[in-house]
Amino acid sequence: MKNFRWFVPTLYILFLMAPIYWLLNMSFKTTNEILGGFSLWPQAFTIDSYVEILTNPVWYSGYLNSLTYVVMNTLISVSFALPAAYAFSRYRFLGDKHLFFWLLTNRMAPPAVFALPFLQLYSSMGLFDTPLAVALAHALFNIPLSVWILEGFMSGVPKEIDETAYIDGYSFPRFFVKIFMPLIASGIGVTAFFVFMFSWVELLLAKTLTSVAAKPIAAVMTRTSSTAGYELGLLAAAGVLTIIPGAIVIWFVRNHIAKGFAMGRV
Amino acid sequence: MNKTQNNKAWFLVLPVLLIVSLNAIVPLMTVVNYSVQETFGNNLFFFEGVKWFREVLASERFRASLLRQFSFTFIILAIEIPLGVAIALSMPKKGIWASVCLVLMSLPLLIPWNVVGAMWNIFALPDIGLLGYTLNAIGFDYNFTSQAISAWFTVILMDVWHWTSLVVLLAYAGLRSIDDSYYQAARIDGASRWAVFRYIQLPKLKHVLTLAFLLRFIDSFMIYTEPFVLTGGGPGNTTTFLSIDLVKSALGEFNLGAAGAMSLIYFLMTLLVCWLFYTLAMRGEEK
Repeated sequence: MKNFRWFVPTLYILFLMAPIYWLLNMSFKTTNEILGGFSLWPQAFTIDSYVEILTNPVWYSGYLNSLTYVVMNTLISVSFALPAAYAFSRYRFLGDKHLFFWLLTNRMAPPAVFALPFLQLYSSMGLFDTPLAVALAHALFNIPLSVWILEGFMSGVPKEIDETAYIDGYSFPRFFVKIFMPLIASGIGVTAFFVFMFSWVELLLAKTLTSVAAKPIAAVMTRTSSTAGYELGLLAAAGVLTIIPGAIVIWFVRNHIAKGFAMGRV
Repeated sequence: MNKTQNNKAWFLVLPVLLIVSLNAIVPLMTVVNYSVQETFGNNLFFFEGVKWFREVLASERFRASLLRQFSFTFIILAIEIPLGVAIALSMPKKGIWASVCLVLMSLPLLIPWNVVGAMWNIFALPDIGLLGYTLNAIGFDYNFTSQAISAWFTVILMDVWHWTSLVVLLAYAGLRSIDDSYYQAARIDGASRWAVFRYIQLPKLKHVLTLAFLLRFIDSFMIYTEPFVLTGGGPGNTTTFLSIDLVKSALGEFNLGAAGAMSLIYFLMTLLVCWLFYTLAMRGEEK
């Protein structure tokens, strides 16, 4: 029994890797070869698709746009959520439970519900087609998520630490930045990871709120496939490249993720 | 933790309150506004009361997408939760292989949703996709662009591929938090593998599984991009879930009144689940 234990996870990982392998396989083929027929690996190996993406500004600016709003959103979400999470973890105040619940409802709101009103709101604010619009829109679900995860980590820090610091004459901002934030550093890391992840994978709002200047890579992919015929090789290569940022981030936080989940948040 | 009563804490919450209100309240009011009015173009609106709500609730189309939505959510929950727990139970406990498993399993969670759809599209194509080609080669008549059953099979398999890892990670973290002394006590008592699972692991997993269940419920209820890219809601309307239907009528047909009413009904349903979720999660925390 014990010797066969590795069988289940291995089988599962093989299942997970199969579509990813297929995407990789496609990305090294020419479009003609892809449409020509079925083959398990590229017969005429080519990296043309990757060269095209990395040299054509339409493609690589898509990546830059996506990264821009994702990083902006991560900064906004985490920095706004930090003081709020502290308030929720340390104090009782008028309407705190209702407020927390209301914040959470926004994590549950289907983006499809908000797509059209968001378009009108950000157009009227003159932010349409800027990375800031997408970053602010993603804050709708990422701020509640950050508050929620951070509150879990902060509640794990004993309150005596705060009190000792105040007695020692620390002001609130100084205490918060110098003492408290280092204590929950891994919590901030985990939060940033999830915020990054949810902003990176979201497409509906990002696509609705941009047209040309701030078009995210995901939208570049869908539009290219409809105008320039069906360039499967290019599409596959672009897809492979969108997996890379996530893979890098996950490698850095691999030991903290289990901990973040163990808090019962996310 | 015993918290101090302090209403000044509102100042710490204020920035979050402002930015989330901007995003939540203004659009919500816009939707409410649409849902009670009729427009004939030129920005002329007429008050219509609850007409749109009555129309949406009575329409075949809405009921059909709602039914599809619930079936889909039910099926993926029935597969992903037990499968996720089973995988978490058989994962290595520590060392390099545990890290490798965690990283590889998290990978699907970090792929943009439209890429997931596109990836499964070329994976499942009957003539050039690995899955589609293999299924046809071993004798199944499989074509997700023309057969409803194949399309459902593909959409469900894609969701299992995409999200089971979330359940695995949650269950894995839950299992890691069980103290070793429980297992030692069980060994001394000569407990069977099943007894260990039933009386030690399952009760400890209750909290994280509640979370996994509700997160998967909510996210699958909002699913849009992946099936849209994979099947476009077709063949016919067979994989048109609620979100797809909503975007079709709001941005595609510009039927603002009906879309607004539908949004609100949809949102109220998720809100109900959210309330349930919050109550359960908080009750678990107080224990």
